[in-house]
Amino acid sequence: MDLHELTAEQAIGKLRKGEISSVELTRAILDRISELEPRIHAYLALDGEQSISDAEKADQRRIRGDNTPLLGIPVSIKDNICTRGIKTTCGSRILSDFIPPYDATVVTKLREAGAVLIGKTNMDEFAMGSSTENSAFQVTRNPWDTGRIPGGSSGGSAAAVAADSVPLALGSDTGGSIRAPASYCGVVGVKPTYGRVSRYGLVAYGSSLDQIGPIAGNVRDSALVLNAIAGYDPRDSTSAELPVPDYTAACGREIRGLKIGVPREYFVPGMDPEVQNLVKTAVQKLEELGAECVEISLPHTDYAISCYYICAMAEAGSNLARYDGAHYGYRTRDADNIIDMYSRTRAEGFGTEVKRRIMLGTYALSAGYYDAYYLKALKVRTLIKRDFDRAFEKLDLIATPVTPTAAFKIGEKTADPLLMYLSDIFTISLNLAGMCGLSVPCGFTGSGLPVGLQLISDIFREETLFSAAFAYEQAADHTRKKPPL
Amino acid sequence: MEYEPVIGMEVHTELSTESKIFCGCSTAFGSPPNTQVCPVCLGMPGVLPVLNKKAVEYTIRTAMALSCRITEQTSFDRKNYYYPDLPKNYQISQNYACLGYDGFLEIALGDHKKKIGITNVHLEEDAGKNLHPESGLTDDSLVDLNRAGMPLIEIVSEPDMRSIEEAMAYMTTLKNLLQYIEVSDCKMQEGHLRFEVNISIRPRGTEKLGTKVEIKNLNSMKTAIRCIEHELERQAETLNQGGKVHQETRLWDDAHNATRAMRSKEFAQDYRYFPEPDLVDVVISPEWREEIRRNLPELQDAKKERFIREYSLPEYDAAILTSSKPLADYFEKCLTVHKNPKATSNWIMTELLRELGNREIEPDECPVTPAQLAGMIQMIDNSTISGKIAKQVFSEMIESGKGPEQIVKEKGLVQISNEDEIGEIVKRVMEENPGVVETIRGGNQKPFGFLVGQVMKLTRGKANPRMVNDILRKNLL
Repeated sequence: MDLHELTAEQAIGKLRKGEISSVELTRAILDRISELEPRIHAYLALDGEQSISDAEKADQRRIRGDNTPLLGIPVSIKDNICTRGIKTTCGSRILSDFIPPYDATVVTKLREAGAVLIGKTNMDEFAMGSSTENSAFQVTRNPWDTGRIPGGSSGGSAAAVAADSVPLALGSDTGGSIRAPASYCGVVGVKPTYGRVSRYGLVAYGSSLDQIGPIAGNVRDSALVLNAIAGYDPRDSTSAELPVPDYTAACGREIRGLKIGVPREYFVPGMDPEVQNLVKTAVQKLEELGAECVEISLPHTDYAISCYYICAMAEAGSNLARYDGAHYGYRTRDADNIIDMYSRTRAEGFGTEVKRRIMLGTYALSAGYYDAYYLKALKVRTLIKRDFDRAFEKLDLIATPVTPTAAFKIGEKTADPLLMYLSDIFTISLNLAGMCGLSVPCGFTGSGLPVGLQLISDIFREETLFSAAFAYEQAADHTRKKPPL
Repeated sequence: MEYEPVIGMEVHTELSTESKIFCGCSTAFGSPPNTQVCPVCLGMPGVLPVLNKKAVEYTIRTAMALSCRITEQTSFDRKNYYYPDLPKNYQISQNYACLGYDGFLEIALGDHKKKIGITNVHLEEDAGKNLHPESGLTDDSLVDLNRAGMPLIEIVSEPDMRSIEEAMAYMTTLKNLLQYIEVSDCKMQEGHLRFEVNISIRPRGTEKLGTKVEIKNLNSMKTAIRCIEHELERQAETLNQGGKVHQETRLWDDAHNATRAMRSKEFAQDYRYFPEPDLVDVVISPEWREEIRRNLPELQDAKKERFIREYSLPEYDAAILTSSKPLADYFEKCLTVHKNPKATSNWIMTELLRELGNREIEPDECPVTPAQLAGMIQMIDNSTISGKIAKQVFSEMIESGKGPEQIVKEKGLVQISNEDEIGEIVKRVMEENPGVVETIRGGNQKPFGFLVGQVMKLTRGKANPRMVNDILRKNLL
């Protein structure tokens, strides 16, 4: 087995036994990236020398007796998470030269855990998109079929993990941006409970929805990452002051007797029957493993997309106001006055989808529309959350598809934003409700494209997600299959 | 026609917390531009605000001192507008759940008192400053963000003021109160107090409110008053000429001593307030509220009573000394060096207040420190200098900022209290004025003062007057 194919857990075992060094492992990953990047385009920034130097330090730390959980393990980071001294562009022209003077809390935590930073991964501009086609720099390809999208917005991270171009990665999820690409790329993606992971240093899109989470090749590896990044951060007032359990310990726990709800609103006409069948088969598998599955209803599901697009865009319009050319980032070359500088900088610096969302968000908050749109959306959001709260009074988990179809073709939906928005239909409610969710591979379509199963749990019940996903993964064994590269 | 002014005011006060409202940066004044900044107050991508609890306490304290109701749960909102001194292009403020509301401030107008309603008291972050260098290599504007993120409270009054005098009384009373409760230093030159006024007029005796004009950018009480005078005149003239007052926002232009209408782009703002998602609601528990109430600093009346009791001062003195917190502090600081309350009070009420008035400065900006004034009074009390010389020393201190010891030494102002030395001079004066000496010895005491005067003249006022008297008397026997 080549070193780049090792799971993080396998690599940790070998590093601990001294069978391999972090430098060897990191070099193998960098070689793999050099080989595949011309076809996958997952990375926006790579600094091989720095990564090797970090790996050397990790090896030295180990010699000194250090044994932190991710010591010497390569990790890649979505490009909307700030890395000190390393360009953080958010996939946008407006931040194409932005080098943060500070590390996001999750990056600090990963460094403390001993991780070796490999690179920054491609994404839809400011995380706005479902295919990574909205990146200002490049289109990332799905390793299972390079004519198809990897999903978005964390498409670079998901594609890199699927292509064995890194064992672990971070993504961010505002409406499905971790789970959907994980599903399309046949890897595991976790959206933790809102407040579980610090957002400090995550460039904001929809602040009340954004959450950083792991993308990994299998369930235990994703638990390892969440162990490292979760926890209260005094720099993030919305992070929860709760103890963090050992999520890897939840992998392997008995799932017999778990109550799993299957919401009828998530199996809708128009969705791909192949996807529907794969998800239903996965639910049956969970039943075979001893879980008790029941049909439930989440009655306000239909309103989730409208609600999401008002809440997220209102926040986005305000969050993105700071990119005006005055203080940092791109500034237009010629402007006659300040207003002109603002408009030209933003007209030239932002892509179409970002502008569309800023306009929508600004509109929703405008005088005379606030009550009709924003306030109404907040009320709907409460109803959606109540759906989940009621469901979890009797349930441990909810099982649904992640996306209505497998990965679609590059360019297929770019002309129709609404069609693109609909691909998030099954992932969005979770962010609105603040719940945690995970995508685990549950099989392949006839044409060999991976499909994911979404498991949803109550707030701060990530352990239940990991137990069920791990049990399912062991029984179904889809994560061992590799893309034909 | 005679018009009645209707005036309301928004007062912005910078709080005297050590650190900014959402980050740990210092709030010290006067540092080089952009040296008190961090990613948070610079509004870098990805940063998050963390609320300074002290700033919340100061706001609650202010709201309490203004007899406001205190909200049980407060939250923050984003006020969206573009300006280069506002790095995020939104200001974190309070719109939907202000910390305090429904209060009043009592002002005194001669013997008569009046309550001015307080609509609300809320907390927000300050913006930075745009600098427009007049002569430079480029015509670029520069931005200093040291002030960005300083905690600011806004006190919004009801339109309850009916004259310029009331507006003035409101501002001075409010400033005084803010200093007393120790939430702000209220230094005008450092921009600690800024005003926005809304003004309308109506024919005296009528009820219906006139059209309101808002005026921004008033950076001192004096400017606010000038602006109100100017605006009242402008509105009256407009109406008298048959015109109409337009509802608008005007900017005060200090250089031209006039208001000007803001360009439509400057004020046609839709701030698109919405709840700040990066901060959580703050619950003001009854316990916390009580703790803040318990820890309210000593207010004006209590201090006055204490001065009378503790320092045996006449009520008149105590009233003047406690008329402002900085003055009361100055007085008490003097006493820690030399405890002669009545003499200190006299010096402060006469010489010090006159100089402060002439210079238009606050006690804590006085070139004569409390320690220096107290040192000087001590020199009088131990007969090192006379009270008369002391006045000379005081002027010298104010001019030069030097300490009393140094001035007395440099100018040779030490009182002559040496018996032999005074005896010599007395002898000389008696020899030079034999006729006067004869007269006195003959039983007429009248010219005695003349001889004392001659001695003082020869010693340039430095001779100890009591000793001159004694020695003269002895020699005339």
